[in-house]
Amino acid sequence: MIIVENLVKEFGPKRAVNSVSFTVNRGEILGFLGPNGAGKSTTMRMITGYIPPTSGRVSVGGNDLSENPIPAKKLIGYLPESAPCYSDMTVHGFLSFAAEMRGMRGRTIQDAIQRVASLCFLEGVLHQSVDTLSKGYRHRTCFAQSIIHDPEVLVLDEPTDGLDPNQKHEVRQLIKRMGEKKAIIFSTHILEEVEAVCSRAIIIDRGTVVANGTPAELKARSENAGLVRVRISGGTVDAVKGKLTGLMTAGRVQVQSEGASITARIQPRERALAGELARAVGDAASQSGWKLEELHTEEGRLDEVFRSITLPDTVKRTE
Amino acid sequence: MSSDSSRHIWTIAKRELSGYFNSPVAYVFIVIFLLLNGFFTFMLGGFFELGEASLSKPFFSWHPWLYLFLVPAAGMRLWSEERRVGTLELLLTYPIAPWEAILGKFIASWIFLAIALGLTFPVVLTVGYLGSPDLGAILAGYLGSFLLAGAYLAVTVMTSALTRNQVVSFILSVVICFFLILAGWEPVTNLLVRWAPDTIVNLVASFSVMPHFGNFQRGVVDLRDLLFFASVIVFSLFGTGVILRGLRGA
Repeated sequence: MIIVENLVKEFGPKRAVNSVSFTVNRGEILGFLGPNGAGKSTTMRMITGYIPPTSGRVSVGGNDLSENPIPAKKLIGYLPESAPCYSDMTVHGFLSFAAEMRGMRGRTIQDAIQRVASLCFLEGVLHQSVDTLSKGYRHRTCFAQSIIHDPEVLVLDEPTDGLDPNQKHEVRQLIKRMGEKKAIIFSTHILEEVEAVCSRAIIIDRGTVVANGTPAELKARSENAGLVRVRISGGTVDAVKGKLTGLMTAGRVQVQSEGASITARIQPRERALAGELARAVGDAASQSGWKLEELHTEEGRLDEVFRSITLPDTVKRTE
Repeated sequence: MSSDSSRHIWTIAKRELSGYFNSPVAYVFIVIFLLLNGFFTFMLGGFFELGEASLSKPFFSWHPWLYLFLVPAAGMRLWSEERRVGTLELLLTYPIAPWEAILGKFIASWIFLAIALGLTFPVVLTVGYLGSPDLGAILAGYLGSFLLAGAYLAVTVMTSALTRNQVVSFILSVVICFFLILAGWEPVTNLLVRWAPDTIVNLVASFSVMPHFGNFQRGVVDLRDLLFFASVIVFSLFGTGVILRGLRGA
């Protein structure tokens, strides 16, 4: 549905977006990650046709955004970063304006407003003026206008920003449900959100895509991915260390005693051996007559990957 | 113009118009406009002392000066508010062409100004009651006043696209509209005549709204004057389009 090819945006001498390419298909939810100022919003603004790219191409549903903007824009629902609303209107008035701008008329507008109002929990404030609403309601009002025409493509710039934890959860569920039939791009700072919602994630840093994969694939790039953690009792630190270091699949081993039990962190020799390592550790424990209290393989953590990819080298060294 | 376009324009105009009337702005504006009109016509204009059944001098001659402040005040928020709040990003990502939005906003404000101007009708009734005025001349005066308001408004639309600050937009448009008055205002042209050749004076004066409005004020509807106002409006709205495109590109 969305094809982005070698997208470049320059503001004066500064390159905000540098040759970004990716595609999003129907049924996919793409998480857009990156530090502040990485070019996420700029990329989204080019996808929605708000700003033209310096070079490169965006096509939505087969329509090129610069050559054929109107049919492309018809397919897109857009929630900008600051969730702007016409504050002199009521929620109902604003949504009905958005619906009319989307070419809807008469009865269908009322139906659409009812639908999005219940999806975004706005029924209670429909006839309230937007400027009397709290930030969370305003945010959901703008979110509601982005889905008023049930678009095939959704571009959401930080859709859960400014919401309380319950609302965040609801919005995530909503995005996930809609993602079954639509192509969705959303940007966020919250890494759990990516794991909870996205089918694929892109990390963008200083205008360049630095990682692109499923959340699981990204997590596997973490330093600790595949690390086996074990807590046992009934052995000595030296014995445990000797036994575990001797395993074929083990790399670095750290052992320490913790009260009556001993904990060990075993790095696999290669990431692919993580599963085998866990089994070998279990076998070793039962052969030696230790009691296994806990055995756990780390999947890796997205925030570690995010930090290792996006932190400038100088910062990494001083840490 | 396709029916889609006219629907988009009307949707945007409707939103802007209801924006005026949903806030105190419209009512304050109309009351002040009518009060000032009454004050200028009957107090400063010496309507009763003139002893003429005409609106040209006591009523219409004040409009270029009255509009100088009131029209920028009515139009200053049109684009600057969209920029400040960020709704510009919504508006320009809807499936519409930017010129439809520009035209819609302009039309809404122009309709609003027309309503305010229309509410000055008691002055027509008064002059009709007291004497037998030339109704054609009065109609021409109203047409000229409406076009004058449109020209100022188009300038204001352009300046409001230049900035996210309403006050800046107001001041810029007042300055430009003031130039449009001064360039052809008699006291200024009389000064120019002393040291500049006639062609230069005429060239400068031709940019001014004053001689063109003056014809309407006297009851003369000339195609050239209509074209003048139309071209100020078209030029300013076109300029607005260029400014908006520049905003998105940079």
